[in-house]
Amino acid sequence: MSTQDFRVARSTRVHRYVLIVSVIVVAVLASFPFWAEVAFLRTMVTFFTLLALAQMWNLLGGYAGLISVGQQAYIGLGAYGLWLLADVLHIHPFVAVILAGSLAVLVALVFAPLLFRLRGGYFAIGTWVVAEVVRLIVSNIQAAGGGSGKTIISAARLPIDTRINGTYLLALGVAVGSILLVYFLLRSRLGLALTAIRDNELAAQSSGVNVWRSKLYVYLISAFGCGIVGAVVAMNLLRIQPAAAFSINWTAYALFIVVIGGFGTIEGPIIGTIIYFTLLQNLSQYGTTYLLLLGVIAVVMATKAPRGIWGFVVKRWDIHLFPVRRRLVLEEPSEPGGPAASTSGPVAEAS
Amino acid sequence: MDWANVAIQGVLLGGLYALFATGLALVFGVMRMVNLAHGDLGILAAFVTLFLVQSLHMGLWWSGILTVVIMFVVGYLLQRGLLNFTLSSDDTRPIVVTFGLSIIIQNGLILWFSADSQGLDAGKIENISIRITDKLSIGWFPLLVFITSIVVVALLQTFLNRTKLGRAFRATSDDREAAELMGINNRHIYGLAMAIALAIVALAGILLAIRTTFDPTQGSFRLIYAFEAVIMGGMGSIWGTLIGGIVLGVSQTLGSQAFGSGWGLLVGHLVFLTVLAVRPSGFFAKTVTA
Amino acid sequence: MSVLELQEIDVFYGDFQALFKVSFAVEEGQTFACIGANGGGKSTLLRTIAGLQRPASGKVLFHGEPVDQIPAHNRVGMGIALVPEGRRVFPSLSVFENLQIGAYGKRKGDWNIESVMELFPLLKPLVKRQASSLSGGEQQALAIGRALMANPQLLLLDEVSLGLAPVVIKRIYEAMVHLVGTGTTILVVEQDVQHVLTVADRVACFLEGRISLEGKPSELSSEAITAAYFGM
Repeated sequence: MSTQDFRVARSTRVHRYVLIVSVIVVAVLASFPFWAEVAFLRTMVTFFTLLALAQMWNLLGGYAGLISVGQQAYIGLGAYGLWLLADVLHIHPFVAVILAGSLAVLVALVFAPLLFRLRGGYFAIGTWVVAEVVRLIVSNIQAAGGGSGKTIISAARLPIDTRINGTYLLALGVAVGSILLVYFLLRSRLGLALTAIRDNELAAQSSGVNVWRSKLYVYLISAFGCGIVGAVVAMNLLRIQPAAAFSINWTAYALFIVVIGGFGTIEGPIIGTIIYFTLLQNLSQYGTTYLLLLGVIAVVMATKAPRGIWGFVVKRWDIHLFPVRRRLVLEEPSEPGGPAASTSGPVAEAS
Repeated sequence: MDWANVAIQGVLLGGLYALFATGLALVFGVMRMVNLAHGDLGILAAFVTLFLVQSLHMGLWWSGILTVVIMFVVGYLLQRGLLNFTLSSDDTRPIVVTFGLSIIIQNGLILWFSADSQGLDAGKIENISIRITDKLSIGWFPLLVFITSIVVVALLQTFLNRTKLGRAFRATSDDREAAELMGINNRHIYGLAMAIALAIVALAGILLAIRTTFDPTQGSFRLIYAFEAVIMGGMGSIWGTLIGGIVLGVSQTLGSQAFGSGWGLLVGHLVFLTVLAVRPSGFFAKTVTA
Repeated sequence: MSVLELQEIDVFYGDFQALFKVSFAVEEGQTFACIGANGGGKSTLLRTIAGLQRPASGKVLFHGEPVDQIPAHNRVGMGIALVPEGRRVFPSLSVFENLQIGAYGKRKGDWNIESVMELFPLLKPLVKRQASSLSGGEQQALAIGRALMANPQLLLLDEVSLGLAPVVIKRIYEAMVHLVGTGTTILVVEQDVQHVLTVADRVACFLEGRISLEGKPSELSSEAITAAYFGM
């Protein structure tokens, strides 16, 4: 019996094309401030923030298997973080947006050990409790505007063009950043650990994966991402208000996007956001009915097509746009003194 | 500032929380599922009663009883028609589906009834107090609610411990497959468990609606309080849920009294978080089942 | 007509095929033993007969009637009772309640709590105890007793000696002899070949999902059995 040489490969030609296309798309998007209308730019900010939010929610829910219905805590904290850093500490608003995530991480660090004592559905409600606690505390701090909230004065004072364009580019950066963050995370050891945990937590633990720490890192990263999203939203609206900043609707949007687009993939939330956003633009004037419809679609999708649209695509055509999976590539056994030829193509896939 | 009075109010409030919590605990105990729409279903029941009273002009008593029966049936159909299909080894589906359900119910109620606060009128009962001492008086209705919660918990515990069907519930909870081998139809048992849970939460919702005002968005809060009561009480213990509810109620009322009305709820949450930190399995955890 | 007949059944666990076109028959009052190493498909066989698993193809006939589409919880009422691998008594129920649950199907017959206690006197002092606190041997006795409470026509026993001390196995098999004497049809799966051959009328050896040997214990040499067991 001969053993075969092999190497673990990630990219294929498809991936290289995808990379080129992505770079072009991002470049085009980055050029919008030069020629697009203000209203359009502001709409795109909403799109980008939803996309980033969905990626962060999916990181927790789709990859780590931790469904959270309380990420709005960190969105709100990010918004208030912006206010704190920009208005109170007089850091430049654009810089403050990036740093705002840290407030979310600090709070996440406090609550994570408590939350991890819960599992599954109870973990989910636990995250809701955390969001409620944060909302109640923030609403009761009069210095932060209490129940009526605050205006981001330092942002309002920026010249309009700077603010609109800057917010747009920040939002684009956050969206692209969230995708890159998830992408590199999944290619890392932590990503491998997450996949193992998601498949079988007990087995992962016996294989030496520090389950608790892996979950903690993912939870903190997700909180950070949500915090920045919240800060961008606040920049866009110029106003923060506890009821809106900490609203459960954020979870509803993220959940809907991921359920439609696909759990546990990078492509899924992108597709889901596009669909959700299109629906939003056309139906949002119907308010309550729109949310009702979201709920129905979410229930139907989760029951009938739990892997989402992208999951269906993967199953049917086995396409992966982002090379996060590891493939086994068998090499021809080398002749003595001769070079090794490789037969590429997926022989065995490990995700 | 009468602390004893406040504490007793908290205890009585705890009875209502326990009523909301019991169904949640039962469903989790039997099928390891957490129903995120649990609170909303209780509020839905309140609205159903409101509809029966206002639009069909039925008396409150009969409306309430009919609502409980309706919710029993709804629970069975919901479980067998939808939720049974989400129960697999994957933990995430029931959460997503019941969350979607929660959104559907809340927004559906807003569409039908508007987002305004409503109330159920039970007449004089709501305002009668019983004087115990010079400084201590208890509202008749809160006391009634508390007694109801004790009765419900006792009945449920008796049902589980002493009836054939209750035994089947416990066996299914222990080992679903082995229960099948005994001739127990899991899907039917799950349906019954949800039916009972919704009947109880319907009762809770109706009593809440009489006791205070309610609106379509209240369900989320009811869920959170129910959850806190269950976790504090300890999983696997129905009586523990009652104790958990009482602890929560007392924390909230004492917190309100001590720090002002805006802070009562927060104190309740903080007490919960403390219990979670210090004694995560709750006061009366029976079985440590994953 | 045979009590139980399997016709060419294929059973899969996901993508993995556990049984390949397995066929055999068990007659009324017979004690039929299935032996073989781990992974041979024996437990899958019993689970399929009990209804916890469906065959991908082939038929399971009980008294001549096909039962493969009938769900497990209905097969108990028909007279099939399985003592599953690993005992699987209900841990939070007492011994008494475990036996009560065994009678959930309400089949009439000679077995009730008293007669089960006669068969397994070791259970008598444990009646009120929670099943999770019982030892392995006590749990096994309870599991068998629980299945008997359903007054089965066909009793399926899956690895009842697994993980038990020899003296306990001896007692279990003493009870088995008595069971055999009552005329119940028994299909027993065992890794412990020595004990099971003392009670079996017929034996089939399973190897990787197929029957490698079948016949009466008296007619099969121990060399033949060993060869069939290990696939040599």
